[in-house]
Amino acid sequence: MVTKEQVEASLTSKLKPIHLEVIDISGGCGASFEVEVVSEQFEGKRLLERHRMVNAALEEEMKEIHALSIKKAQTPQQWKPSQDSATTTQTKDA
Amino acid sequence: FRCSASSLTPQLKDTLEKLVNSKKVVLFMKGTRDFPMCGFSNTVVQILKNLNVPFEDVNILENELLRQGLKEYSNWPTFPQLYIGGEFFGGCDITIEAFQSGELQEVVERAICS
Repeated sequence: MVTKEQVEASLTSKLKPIHLEVIDISGGCGASFEVEVVSEQFEGKRLLERHRMVNAALEEEMKEIHALSIKKAQTPQQWKPSQDSATTTQTKDA
Repeated sequence: FRCSASSLTPQLKDTLEKLVNSKKVVLFMKGTRDFPMCGFSNTVVQILKNLNVPFEDVNILENELLRQGLKEYSNWPTFPQLYIGGEFFGGCDITIEAFQSGELQEVVERAICS
């Protein structure tokens, strides 16, 4: 049985993410996760390669995971702009 | 059954190579285009139908050897798996993102018109 904590630990040690979110979406029917990863290691890599890196980091877990949905595989630069603009908008509104 | 040895024999590799090149767009999925057996597979079918793309659907649930071999061939652990122009394009998440950005249509058009 694969747990959310195991998925988080493997992704953290292999991809050194600056942002990581793992959501268990199995609803009891078996290991099924949604992940968001922001890591410098994605720099200069196409989306397919990034997803392959995530899959490789979870190689052991994938044997038991039923479904893995990679919602985000971004570089820190890609991730930050939207966060900054959100903050800016909020500041303006205030 | 469980088997630690590689399921991708030279013969199977040869067969897969022919299979992914048999049509411009090939979707390996759970179920068929008319009866998808999984939400992720269904999503990709709907996207291809939406783009009006002619494609070949292959039901991996009917062939365990094919299923295991493809995982190694594509270096991709899950299904669905979408092949365009003989090359692995991605799974469900990549296909959704490429559909939304317009990239999928470009890649498909390039493959079909080549």
